[in-house]
Amino acid sequence: MDVLKEVGNIGAGNAATALSQLLGKPIDMAVPKVQLLNFEEITDKVGGAEELVYAVFLRVEGEAPGNLFFILTPEAAINLLSRIAGIELTGNGELGEMELSALNEIGNILAGSYLSSLADFTSLSMYPTVPALAMDMAGAILSYGLLQFGQMGDDALLIDTTFLEGHNEIEGQFFLIPDPESFPKIFKALGVPFDND
Amino acid sequence: MIEEQNVIKVGMADLNVGSEESLVRTTGLGSCVGVTLFDPGKKLAGMAHVMLPSSEIAREGQMNIAKFADTALPELLSRLLALGAVRSRLVAKMAGGSQMFAFAGGSDTMRIGPRNVESCKLALEALNIPLIAEDTGGNFGRTIEIACNTGILYIRSVQKGTKEI
Repeated sequence: MDVLKEVGNIGAGNAATALSQLLGKPIDMAVPKVQLLNFEEITDKVGGAEELVYAVFLRVEGEAPGNLFFILTPEAAINLLSRIAGIELTGNGELGEMELSALNEIGNILAGSYLSSLADFTSLSMYPTVPALAMDMAGAILSYGLLQFGQMGDDALLIDTTFLEGHNEIEGQFFLIPDPESFPKIFKALGVPFDND
Repeated sequence: MIEEQNVIKVGMADLNVGSEESLVRTTGLGSCVGVTLFDPGKKLAGMAHVMLPSSEIAREGQMNIAKFADTALPELLSRLLALGAVRSRLVAKMAGGSQMFAFAGGSDTMRIGPRNVESCKLALEALNIPLIAEDTGGNFGRTIEIACNTGILYIRSVQKGTKEI
């Protein structure tokens, strides 16, 4: 578990740097949590199955496949966009096509940065698919990342990193859910014996 | 949709039953399918939150039968029969099975929503329970609840608001 935390740390560190550069201001990152959680607990992490979130989803392919989500609350998405692109959103906070496209690309850059550092660290090939963006109920979005685990049991391994900008405001979370068959490969790549702890 | 009513929750890969004044609810269905069975005579209803199409792909030791279409629906049926539901009166409704993310090409996992819907229909056919209404597909999440006294299935989504089937 400590090894996976370190892996998450390195990935998130790079993504935080990328985000700092994009925003032109320092971004802090919480120490990643690596947990084996049941499906309900995973959606609770973003405020419950019905909580509205923006999510950029990338399927990770290569030697250690998995699912990567960059999750933002609607407020955080609007903050991010207004700071980077200088877009002031009007009306009811709905994002238009341009804003969504920008958000997708920001998510893509951050996720790519996260993933490439993990790949470097583990010497495993990990490459992302084209990102997809959705704004919907967290349960509906995250359940998509749990399907591979669904064949095995009711728990999934989650590497969860939260980004903070300024105060205690949650800007965004990375959820990496490696496929079950990826753990032994990640452990082996890091020279650590694999157990289910 | 009266909040004071007794709400019975169904989690992901879970199933449950209720009677009379209660509501049976599951939240945040994406590619999963919520299947409900209803006996109008006894005012009994049950719901399964189906995650995967078939238990044949299960690799777990202790299998969660609520998770798979082919095992969840027979279990839901027997739970309702145990409460006194009359089999010949049961009718089914379902919602969910969307594709949350659109990708070009796409593996089997990407098409899991439509496959879940198909498998639930086959499972209902095998049990000889008529499917009288459905709200499936699309690319959005749904929260659904069934009123055990009326059998009305309420469907709430971010994009489309609330509807009843």
